Amino acid sequence: MRQYVIRRVGYCLLSLFLLSLTIFFFVRVTGDPATLLVEPGASDADIAAIHHHFGLDQPLWTQYGLFVWSLAHGDLGQSFYYQTPVMELYLQRLPNSLLLAFVAMALSLLIGIPSGILASVRVGGFWDGFGKLFSLLGLSLPSFLVGLLLILVFSVYLGWLPSSGAGGPLHLIMPAFALGWYFAASHMRLTRSSMLDVLGSEYIKLARLKGLPQSLVIAKHAFKNALIPVLTLAGINLVIMVNVAVVVEVVFAWPGIGRLLYEGITFRDFPIVQGVVILGGAMIVIVNLFVDILYAVIDPRIRLES
Amino acid sequence: MPAAPLLELDNLSTHYVSAQGTRVVRAVDEVSLRLNAGETLGIVGESGSGKSTLALTIMRVLPPAARIVSGRMLLEGADLVQKSETEMEHIRGKRIAMILQDPMMSLNPLFTIGDQVAEPIRVHEGERRATAWSRARELLRAVRIPSPETRLTQYPHEMSGGMRQRIVGAIGISCEPRLLIADEPTTSLDLTIQAQYLKLLHDLQQAHGLALIFITHNLGIVAKMCDQLAVMYAGRVVESGPVSRIFNAPAHPYTRALLNSIPRMTDSDQRLVAIDGQPPDLSALPPGCSFAPRCPQAMPRCRDAPPPPFAPEEGRVARCWLVEPAAVGGDFRVASGAG
Amino acid sequence: MSTPADVIRLPTPAPPRFSAIRALRLGDVPMVPLAILGVIALVAVFANQLAPHNPEIGSLTARFKPPFWVKGGSTEYLLGTDQLGRDVLSRLIFGARVSMVVGFTAVFFAGIVGTILGIVSGYLGGWVDQVIMRITDTWLALPALMFAIFLASIVGPSMWNIVIILGLVYWTRYARVIRGEVLSLKEREFVRLAIVAGCSKLTIMRRHILPNVINSAVVLGTLMLGVVIITEATLSFLGVGVPPPEPAWGLMLSDGKQGLMVGYWWLTVFPGGCIVLMVLSANLLGDWLRVKFDPQLRQL
Repeated sequence: MRQYVIRRVGYCLLSLFLLSLTIFFFVRVTGDPATLLVEPGASDADIAAIHHHFGLDQPLWTQYGLFVWSLAHGDLGQSFYYQTPVMELYLQRLPNSLLLAFVAMALSLLIGIPSGILASVRVGGFWDGFGKLFSLLGLSLPSFLVGLLLILVFSVYLGWLPSSGAGGPLHLIMPAFALGWYFAASHMRLTRSSMLDVLGSEYIKLARLKGLPQSLVIAKHAFKNALIPVLTLAGINLVIMVNVAVVVEVVFAWPGIGRLLYEGITFRDFPIVQGVVILGGAMIVIVNLFVDILYAVIDPRIRLES
Repeated sequence: MPAAPLLELDNLSTHYVSAQGTRVVRAVDEVSLRLNAGETLGIVGESGSGKSTLALTIMRVLPPAARIVSGRMLLEGADLVQKSETEMEHIRGKRIAMILQDPMMSLNPLFTIGDQVAEPIRVHEGERRATAWSRARELLRAVRIPSPETRLTQYPHEMSGGMRQRIVGAIGISCEPRLLIADEPTTSLDLTIQAQYLKLLHDLQQAHGLALIFITHNLGIVAKMCDQLAVMYAGRVVESGPVSRIFNAPAHPYTRALLNSIPRMTDSDQRLVAIDGQPPDLSALPPGCSFAPRCPQAMPRCRDAPPPPFAPEEGRVARCWLVEPAAVGGDFRVASGAG
Repeated sequence: MSTPADVIRLPTPAPPRFSAIRALRLGDVPMVPLAILGVIALVAVFANQLAPHNPEIGSLTARFKPPFWVKGGSTEYLLGTDQLGRDVLSRLIFGARVSMVVGFTAVFFAGIVGTILGIVSGYLGGWVDQVIMRITDTWLALPALMFAIFLASIVGPSMWNIVIILGLVYWTRYARVIRGEVLSLKEREFVRLAIVAGCSKLTIMRRHILPNVINSAVVLGTLMLGVVIITEATLSFLGVGVPPPEPAWGLMLSDGKQGLMVGYWWLTVFPGGCIVLMVLSANLLGDWLRVKFDPQLRQL
């Protein structure tokens, strides 16, 4: 077990290293990074100051070292527009994105899991057809389009829900639905295939042979076993949700890190963009590590593989 | 002999139909059998002979592609083929129980032993949890599992193979069924455990007056455990009757070949006798007798028409042209389903 | 009492039920998605001939006109106009060009890079494999959208930049799958024979491995088309994709957002509908190809 954890931590660190390297590389690959790292319309003196501050006249290795050093200290630079450290802005907005992602995840599981179960119980039946349609629509409708259409129907025509901002729970419904849409289809697909696997197993056969009613067989015996891979995926998807929520946050003016990223793009505030991307990537890598370890804790067979 | 049989299968056929309706596999083909209360019937055959499908047919737990296309299954007079799914749910586990081959796969890894043994008791007899669990404890004791109290809260992966199979047995007898079907219950067990398990089954049978259908490919077990025997080949029962009579004088060439292929300690200088050829493809059976391609005694007639069930003697059936009474055109008695 | 589900009395198997989906096919090919993609392609090619107006120049006197069947609309602007008086239909038509070009080129680019690296990584193994795989894993961990936004903010918006960026972001998906295939192909007889015959590694990769993985690459390509188009639309919507005045559908949605709150629905529904149609068709086609070419690819 220890070996497994050490290996996984090693991979995690390696990934973080490669991530920082990638970011570093791309920032410098197009020429003078000073143009990015400085406010639009800065004077030559400012540019020279930036060169000095980031050590841009120094060899690449030193630059990279400085870069990693500041990353490790949580220093992601300062936003031009807000005149505040990027890290501070990020942490300020993060709870909002987490809230949105949690609700979106809950919705996607509430929709995805039952429909996946129903689709698997009778292959070729009505629910299976509905499931296939839903799955297709989930892949084909981008989240922001779903958001825009929701606004059209529920804000403009029906006037039931507010179309922007973060007020009470009513403000949360539409963005959470738009964000969760794609993932609901994804969870439905996985639940369905997981259920089909489980329903073909010997212990389900025995459960039926015991004379248990079909509803009990599915609700008790099949359900719990089928859920394991789905919940694992959900855990990883949560973090991904936080990061791809940018369009939904823009459509609904939701004050999360996605919106922060958008501001960074619109105001050409590069430190924000870089910061959000680095932190997003790091978040995903670290959460993957935790999920791997959690899996090993639950399933003893994984620990043996070393 | 008691008047009405416990279970009577009459010309039962189960086919697998492919999705487009093009391939039909005749997994169980015109099977007729009879079993009395308290008797043990052994069903023997190679893999693919249809023995497991027959068992699942009786329980009506078939995979989606399978269909019962004809015949009747009478359990104490009532036709199971006609029963609705709900009615079958009341019968399964309560009046007929079944044990599967691999106990590791048949127990749900996420639930405790106690839960899984108590479950049929709670569902069929409506007992409350506490009562069901104490009955479960008694059942574990009855199948000779040491310290049953601790076992109840353990999980399947914490048990040994032999213990798991006993637990599956306990689940089987939990609601005192009249009939227990055991599908190769000892195949996945070590040899030393097998004997113990067979003795357990035998004792349980005596104690509860159970009828037992024992599905196996091992004739040795049949010799020890069974009163009656049915030999299956390519979905059909090719021979059936009392075990001792068949062992002494097998009527069907396939049965004869099976008996010959058992290595005996006494004739050590003879080669191992195997049966030539392969089991047939059930979706493309030859016309005539299915065993004819491999039969050392095949006649031209055997390739033309499949033999109907004949009676070589009272209480026995064999599907073989060789058994047909010699008088051509004379009036021969075709036994109807007697086993 | 009706006959239970597992029992039938018929000696013949039941005839296949009529299926609307099957009716839409000619032989085995899904005609509707293919037709839709075909129409979009034709529209893209003949945009100049088909579009009634100039997509980039609008008439300020004709702003926010609704589609012709709504009160206030006119047949001059069949699907209405946007905030600058530009004809929606013409913009949709030229937008098809953008989507097609960006979609296919990016998929092609990602496919070529990903396939080559996948073959090299899978066949050569060793440290080459390790390096490529580590990069792939890292880049796969970063959501495509984030990565694309990051790259777009560095180089600035332009159509070809977007193509390159999308290619860079998505090649990793190909590399993963192709590498897996190459690993199993490596063990096959004909490869071993080629090695024994003294073929150079390059020759083997080019003549023996490549033709056998093309199948998967094509199938993956069709599956990726929908994803790429959605990402491009998302980028354009956010303002880091194809820049104005090029009429990308995503950009039209972004513009349309202003009018949404006052009920100018046509600025959202029509471009959105086009995106959905194209992606849906690509996905359906991809699914069919996947099943047809190789059932083993079902896990894609």
